[in-house]
Amino acid sequence: MVITGYVLEIAQVILALLLAPGLAGFVRWLKARLQNRRGAPPWQPYFELRKLFGKEVVMSNNASWLFRIAPYIIFASTITVTLLVPMIVAPLALDGMGDLLMVVYLLLLGTFFLALAGLDPGTAFGGMGASREMTVAAIAEPTIALAIFGLALSAGSTNLGRIVTQELANTAVTLSPGHILAFVALFIVTLAETGRLPVDNPATHLELTMIHEAMILEYSGRYLALIEWASWLKLTIFFTLLSNLFVPWGIATTFDPAALAVAVIALIVKLAVLGGIIAVVETRVAKLRLFRVPELLGASFVLALLAVTSSFVLK
Amino acid sequence: MPALFKKILQTGIVTEPLGPDEAEIIQLVAQVDRKVQQLLGRALAIREVDAGSCNGCELEITGLTGPVYDSERFGIHFVASPRHADMLLVTGPVTRNMEVPLRKTYEATPDPKLVVAVGDCAKTCGVFKGSYAVIGSIDKVIPVDVFVPGCPPEPADILRGILAALDRMPTKRT
Amino acid sequence: MTIVLFLVMIAAYGFGAFVALLGGRGPIGRWLVAAGAVIGAGAGCAFGAVVIISGQPFTLSIPELLPIAGGLALRLDPLGAFFLVVIGVGAIPAAIYGAGYTKAYENGRASLRLLGVMFNLFLLAMSLVTLADNVLTFLLMWEGMSLTSYFLVITESSEDGTLRAGNWYAAMTHAGLALLLAAFVLLMNGGAGAFADLRSSAGTLSPEARNLIFVLALLGFGSKAGIVPLHVWLPRAHPAAPSHVSALMSGVMIKLGVYGLLRVALDLLGGGPSWWGALVLGLGVASALLGVLYALMEHDLKRLLAYHSVENIGIIFIGLGAGLIFHSSHLMTLAALGFIGGLYHTINHASFKGLLFLGAGSVLHATGTRNMEEMGGLIKRMPWTALFFLVGSAAISALPPLNGFASEWLVFQSLLGGLNLPAPEIALTIPLAVGMLALTSGLAAACFVKAFGISFLAIPRSHEAENAHESPLSMRVGMMILALACVALGLAPFAVVPVLGGVLAGLGGLPDTRPVFTLDLSVHAPAGFAQISPTWIALGLLILLVLVPLVMRFMRVNRKLRVGDTWGCGRIGQTPRMEYTATSFAEPLRRVFAELYRPTKELSIDFHPESKYFVKSIKYSSRITPLFDRVLYDPLLRLVQRISRQVRRIQAGSLHLYLMYVAVILILLLIAARWF
Ligand code: SF4
Repeated sequence: MVITGYVLEIAQVILALLLAPGLAGFVRWLKARLQNRRGAPPWQPYFELRKLFGKEVVMSNNASWLFRIAPYIIFASTITVTLLVPMIVAPLALDGMGDLLMVVYLLLLGTFFLALAGLDPGTAFGGMGASREMTVAAIAEPTIALAIFGLALSAGSTNLGRIVTQELANTAVTLSPGHILAFVALFIVTLAETGRLPVDNPATHLELTMIHEAMILEYSGRYLALIEWASWLKLTIFFTLLSNLFVPWGIATTFDPAALAVAVIALIVKLAVLGGIIAVVETRVAKLRLFRVPELLGASFVLALLAVTSSFVLK
Repeated sequence: MPALFKKILQTGIVTEPLGPDEAEIIQLVAQVDRKVQQLLGRALAIREVDAGSCNGCELEITGLTGPVYDSERFGIHFVASPRHADMLLVTGPVTRNMEVPLRKTYEATPDPKLVVAVGDCAKTCGVFKGSYAVIGSIDKVIPVDVFVPGCPPEPADILRGILAALDRMPTKRT
Repeated sequence: MTIVLFLVMIAAYGFGAFVALLGGRGPIGRWLVAAGAVIGAGAGCAFGAVVIISGQPFTLSIPELLPIAGGLALRLDPLGAFFLVVIGVGAIPAAIYGAGYTKAYENGRASLRLLGVMFNLFLLAMSLVTLADNVLTFLLMWEGMSLTSYFLVITESSEDGTLRAGNWYAAMTHAGLALLLAAFVLLMNGGAGAFADLRSSAGTLSPEARNLIFVLALLGFGSKAGIVPLHVWLPRAHPAAPSHVSALMSGVMIKLGVYGLLRVALDLLGGGPSWWGALVLGLGVASALLGVLYALMEHDLKRLLAYHSVENIGIIFIGLGAGLIFHSSHLMTLAALGFIGGLYHTINHASFKGLLFLGAGSVLHATGTRNMEEMGGLIKRMPWTALFFLVGSAAISALPPLNGFASEWLVFQSLLGGLNLPAPEIALTIPLAVGMLALTSGLAAACFVKAFGISFLAIPRSHEAENAHESPLSMRVGMMILALACVALGLAPFAVVPVLGGVLAGLGGLPDTRPVFTLDLSVHAPAGFAQISPTWIALGLLILLVLVPLVMRFMRVNRKLRVGDTWGCGRIGQTPRMEYTATSFAEPLRRVFAELYRPTKELSIDFHPESKYFVKSIKYSSRITPLFDRVLYDPLLRLVQRISRQVRRIQAGSLHLYLMYVAVILILLLIAARWF
């Protein structure tokens, strides 16, 4: 039983790694269709990864060892997060290793090194991306913390496995206004943290409007592959958090093969629905000016605060 | 908001299939390495370089990414940095001021890489031939894999040129 | 055993001071001075550790030494012992580092003799503060610590602004002392000054008196700790002091303010109503947020670090505030959790802020500047310093698996426990504190991307940075010790947390929480609230960092790497002027928080006389005056100046006039004496 738990952890990491490019590709494909285009097939990102891993790396002569180690740190920290987020089964064998705060700060570790790597080659665009990314990340932080607080209020824990099992046991809490407000707040933060419209445009070619892309302009080959994969993984992680923490149904609570199969399907369906929502949102909204982003995130903070207060009052 | 999505649904997919094979339009100067074709065949990132064109060619290239020609369906997309690119799409004759930047862009692109030169100017310098500001054709500065003639060539031709470089000419209608 | 360690500690510090008094020049002299401090701090550390582990307080009383008010009374209980350990953790590396760092003063730029004597005496005074067991001893040692550190601040007195910085420090610290004096006098209530007596009689004081004592102590100790709005001396004094002294003052000395507050509020007064905690919490939140916001706007590396000390003291105060709130509601386990978070952050801050100040010192040593805009590219020229500074930056940004994360996690968890509070008006402020704490840590990460990225990465921005050199071995060793401490404290919360539980047990009625925090490789917050294990996370990260490249090699990934020019959009030549600067990095946040900063801008463009289309030069300058300088200290200083101008009117400089004043006063005094 114990062994199965650890095997499932590893299986989950592999599943996340495999699903992540597909999810990104699916969103891209759907967006293309919404633009009345044929678009690349959803599995296009897998081809891109294969190609990037086959290419050489060209590195700036100004860059240092930090530039070379950063992709590995970003990739490793993101994978570590997938060890903690219940995707198909809750609680996970390693649930006690980290809670939601650990998840958030591990992702911040990746962002930290990505921003440093953006500054390393000494280009203006890299610095610009780093500055903006850190600004957005910092302003998004309070909303995340409050959303966690809201979840912890009802579940009595910040450990993800505990939250999911508590919610499965108590459906009324899951559908309470506090939870719904927290969901909306976290959804807005997801847009900001994963570089989606209206905060950042993942498809932009104009350096002056970039956030995420500007930091990685100097990366190529396998390093770029690792960073891109990590960012798709981050999208998957945020989607999983949104779906399994707020709509936990379908997730397996035992290691029963049938339940696990259902859980995998449920996960894919949930990710697809969220991907669909993102695609629709990105078709509808325009990119915000950088200095309007704090207003959006401020609004999400207020939502999260309302969420916490309402769950507290209703407690 | 409903209006927008209603229109999207009514319009449907407008992407047109590429016409029949017109290989003669494309002139292959270099034999493209098979391994390169294998690697880049399904996912190609392009960095566009304007070496001094009149911008006519750019206008047509812009058409590639639109819904009608939709290069993305072949896994081809444009990127902002040559570090991310597998192919340089170069237009115009090489002007004096663009000679070094063009070479730098070529050097900045990681191997394996391809170069497609678009427009008559790229090969013959076109109407700019003999100008004091022009150095010469693209292949004087960097090695070119495929030339796409035309002044300017149509988006479909450019797409065919790119696909020819990848050895992925669609033989039947897609 | 403890008495031996105690005597070794005193003797070693004395030895160091004595050698310095004799001269302490040259390599041998500097090393002997440092050896005194290292041995003294090592003995102090061991002394503290023994007391903490055995739980047996050490007492020593010499009434003959000071025949008034109870004489010299020393007692080291686990709380004091913990702070003694913190002093050791900060002092050993700082002293080793100082042996190399002070070489620059051999040329007579500053007095090595004064520096060496004061350095050792400063450490001694700080150590004795933690040992003091009556009011007199405490205040004497406290003042000794302030005076010696004042002399340390003005070491480089020939530099511009150093004396001014020293004046600010002296003024703030003495204002604090006056408040402490008042607090202790009230606390003594006419009785004896032994802490044991105070502890037993504190219950008999009226609530008003207790409240007053608390507020006075909070302000007095707060001025030392550097909480907003009493923090103004930190960004002035830290940059002026030699870097290893800044490391000590910021890493260790300001923590004694935390010690004093805990000693008075929790131990002597035994806790109080919930608004005490709420006040501490509020000051903590304000300090954390304002500290980091002003740090973001600083481009002087040491001033930036000084503002971060304000921020981190704020985080510590958030922990203490939460602890006091829970304490007043008798939620003792949660209270212990808050205090543990605060204390954990105390030792963590001592290690990473010490490290960062030493790193900044190395940069200053190598480039001769504290201005980040003139640095850059140092990672290639000073790889070790860069690595250590990176560790410190990641730790202070609370990135797992380093130590900043462990303590901030505990503080977060204690705040999350706020939902158990019976009083809704306080419980509802807790979410705001959570949000602000999160904002603080996010901004801190942004600030250290700036600090590390602009100073160490990319191309050198000045000739000095271009020719920078790595620091000598002694300085690197000093930084390495602290970097290892950051890693160790981050990986071992499962060991540190129970120790801190033991330190707090019994203070103000706190239970022994050691059984609550289990000792497997993870840390549990009480009642199964949450659980993490930085140790396992670190292991996982390490495995992945090895595994990913291995898998990539196995999968025959292209491993070619070519070094070329930086991609600059085909531009020919790249100069440092094209890089992002510290100012531009912070620009988005400056605009987001413009309401607070209220920057003043000046733009002057010099056009060519022939045509407005040709610009000869553009000058842009922008300044930010910190909020409290603007609304509090500037008006205060103006008032003082106005009063002193008035006073000057009666000082005409004539001797006769002064004699007349003396006579008038004498007569008035005589009349007054007659009257009463
Ligand atoms: S080929 Fe024609 S359209 Fe293209 S750059 Fe030359 S002149 Fe302009």
